[in-house]
Amino acid sequence: MRMLKPVAVPLIAVGLALGIGAIILAVSGANPIEAYGALIDGSLSSQKTVGRTLEKATPLIMGGLAVALAFRAGLFNIGGQGQLVVGGIFSAAVGFGFEGLPWIIHAPMALAVGALAGAAWGSIAGILKATRGAHEVITTIMLNFVALNLTDWLASNPWKDEGILSRTPAVEESALIPLWGSFPTGFLVAVAASIGCWYLLERTNLGFEIRSVGLNGDAARYAGISVQRIIIATMAISGLLAGAGGAIETQGVIGRYEPGFNAGLGFNGITIALLARNHPLGVIPAALLIGAMEAGGSMMQFNADVAPEITDIIEALMLLFVATPIVVRWFFSRQEAAEVSVTAGWGSS
Amino acid sequence: MPDHLLPLDSPTAVSDPVGVAAPPALEVRGVTKRFGDVLANEDVDFRIERGRVHALLGENGAGKSTLVNIIFGLYQADTGEVRRNGEVVNLNGPRDAIAQQIGMVHQHFQLVPVLSVAENVVLGDEPTRHGVVDLGEAAAVVQRLSERFGLDIDPQSIVEDLPIGIQQRVEILRALYREVDILILDEPTAVLTPQETGHLLEVLRGLADTGVAVVFITHKLREVMAVADEITVMRRGRVVGHTVPADTDESDLASMMVGRPVELRLKRTPASPGDKMLAIVDLVVNDDRQTQALNGINLDVRAGEVVGVAGVEGNGQRELVEAVTGLRGVISGSIILDGEEIAGRPPRQISTMGVAHIPEDREKLGLIGAHTVADNMVLNRYHHRPYSRHGIRRPAAVDDEATRLVEEFDVRPPNIAAMVATLSGGNKQKVVAAREFSHESKVMVAAQPTRGIDIGNIEFIHRRLIEYRDAGMAILLVSAELDEVLGVSDRVAVIYGGRIVSCEPAEGIDRDRVGRLMLSGADG
Ligand SMILES: Nc1ncnc2c1ncn2[C@@H]1O[C@H](COP(=O)(O)OP(=O)(O)OP(=O)(O)O)[C@@H](O)[C@H]1O
Ligand SMILES: [Mg+2]
Repeated sequence: MRMLKPVAVPLIAVGLALGIGAIILAVSGANPIEAYGALIDGSLSSQKTVGRTLEKATPLIMGGLAVALAFRAGLFNIGGQGQLVVGGIFSAAVGFGFEGLPWIIHAPMALAVGALAGAAWGSIAGILKATRGAHEVITTIMLNFVALNLTDWLASNPWKDEGILSRTPAVEESALIPLWGSFPTGFLVAVAASIGCWYLLERTNLGFEIRSVGLNGDAARYAGISVQRIIIATMAISGLLAGAGGAIETQGVIGRYEPGFNAGLGFNGITIALLARNHPLGVIPAALLIGAMEAGGSMMQFNADVAPEITDIIEALMLLFVATPIVVRWFFSRQEAAEVSVTAGWGSS
Repeated sequence: MPDHLLPLDSPTAVSDPVGVAAPPALEVRGVTKRFGDVLANEDVDFRIERGRVHALLGENGAGKSTLVNIIFGLYQADTGEVRRNGEVVNLNGPRDAIAQQIGMVHQHFQLVPVLSVAENVVLGDEPTRHGVVDLGEAAAVVQRLSERFGLDIDPQSIVEDLPIGIQQRVEILRALYREVDILILDEPTAVLTPQETGHLLEVLRGLADTGVAVVFITHKLREVMAVADEITVMRRGRVVGHTVPADTDESDLASMMVGRPVELRLKRTPASPGDKMLAIVDLVVNDDRQTQALNGINLDVRAGEVVGVAGVEGNGQRELVEAVTGLRGVISGSIILDGEEIAGRPPRQISTMGVAHIPEDREKLGLIGAHTVADNMVLNRYHHRPYSRHGIRRPAAVDDEATRLVEEFDVRPPNIAAMVATLSGGNKQKVVAAREFSHESKVMVAAQPTRGIDIGNIEFIHRRLIEYRDAGMAILLVSAELDEVLGVSDRVAVIYGGRIVSCEPAEGIDRDRVGRLMLSGADG
């Protein structure tokens, strides 16, 4: 039971959310079985729909990792959206700005520049926190607005495509992250990033430092860890992940940078991280779940005549149940609930 | 075991002066509680009588906290029962315990710092008038309770402005307000100054005299002898003895706890001090509120010598320790480690240069509760070889070292993969001590190194300190326990108001004079 618990809480939350979603569907006059059938149809029924699910899941994994990693250092990175769009536009710039490069160089280069742009964006909040004590929730939210306006301006001025639309030119073919059949290659990058984050946290000194700072900053300082350095490094890595997510969107899905196309991707990272309980490998199934709902949402609208917002409602419910464990804890025996609250003290633990 | 200590299975072991007619206020029967492989309580019988102070003693990890947590409903026994006034009760949480008029004072207070004393006391059970919380009534009730039990608290003061000892009384008031007639305190004196301890013991005595049953856990046998009406001793999860102060003495209790005779006085050879290892010169340091805490302190520690700093808590000891270990900035003056200036350097550099540090607050500074025992054993050396190479951790090397230290320092349970937070208080302290003693250092700064540790382990740590001294280490010992300072140190410095008011050899020192210096900064 104890081993199962970290997995059980999100599972129960998902189940509850789907159950309540069914009730809402029924109340709104739709047939829940039909609607959920269409949802599965649109996300898992064929190679093509599975491909779409994976494609949707890819930026969600990256955004989820960004939030989860920051959280392990005790930081709440709300700035995934800003880091993602900055990463997206810089990878586009490299993508359309260079011609005649071989794929093996161009695509990774665009991805790397996008990721680094995200890292730079993320580290601003880290530096503000480490040197000025500015709370990262406030600064990352403000930086989201700045990023939004900055990328809008870039896409409608210096990096504007020909024509009337505010968007960058399409990236060179050599900068695309291609589909492999119907399998989006970017998904592999996201899975590798998850494994990389796990390795970083569990097997490296930097990861140990990040976890130590997140669990007990005073003890980390006592242990000789520079808390400031870790805050900056963590925010940079967090931004790197979100920025890479934006780059993969640009290079693997949209083919250019278009304002508005990435809306909400960065914020979904918070949902994913919560569902995954901030575990870098848990981010993968969490993102697949949400990705499937996004991919199947339109099919549900089409076949079962259900407003696509229903998936948003279900996602919101999942978030609610994961974030308020009281509901879920009700499912567990009271004994276990009590054991969570071990009192700490000189002698009382 | 001395023959006047009654073994448990003797029929007279549990005295029953009132007879079967009046059941005890609370009785625990045959309670067993397991945590994974650890048998924390095994077939425990324990009874609490009205109007008596019942001291619960035992080694670190003996199962004392577990037992009282079961009585307070925080843990549920695997088998066995709890009877309240003779009736079996089900305690599934603190709420149930409070409904049974059982109160508990935790080591980490559960108070809201920004609220007043009165607000904290009534919180969750507020007196109301027309549906609105009646703060005037709350203050009046608190005032009455405080006077009745001699607690001497102003209901209007804000909790965060109060010293620890007073905050603890607010916790006691919280329980009394709920009209408990069983009050449990888990190591209440571990964080108190001797004066505060004295007052707490008086309060407990007073409570018992009004009919409350008091259970308190402590490692300080002197407190037990002073205030307890009866004593229960646990070892390795079992109750191993029950007695009354009149029938026992400190050394009997110590051997009953540990299961072997214990040296209460440290045997030690004279020191042979060498070169100056640590020199503190005209050191000025501020406290958290930016007022001067150390006003130009001078103090030397030589290799192969223990210098003890005695003083009432809050006279600059904490700031001294933090400045020497790099955790606190220095305003002026210098700290010289083996000829090199270390004042103002970051903690890691100072640690690498050879300063080990047992911090006074192990939960806050010394350990990361959610890390394993193994990770905590290398908490400040994880980046050294062999524990990591090129930034990659090497868990096998960490585990080897942790296994060695756990064995050497007898950490129980000897499970290096356990989260430190699940260890008993004293075993946590052993983890910190084990780690710091295993450094190759020039100077050891030991702040309250035996806080929360049982008699047997105190002896062990004191012997360790002396061994390290004899191996040529310079030891700066800071302790609120005058006995500890006098027993272990070669020289004793008294700190008062941020100054060293005296520093002299421990040999033949006048205990009363040190006490006067600690209290007033002057002799006489
Ligand atoms: N929540 C828990 N999870 C796992 N093991 C636990 C937990 N709580 C206590 N233990 C184990 O149970 C045993 C008894 O612990 P307990 O805290 O009751 O000891 P104690 O007598 O209070 O010791 P101390 O004097 O050091 O405070 C210890 O071995 C401890 O490691
Ligand atoms: Mg305890």
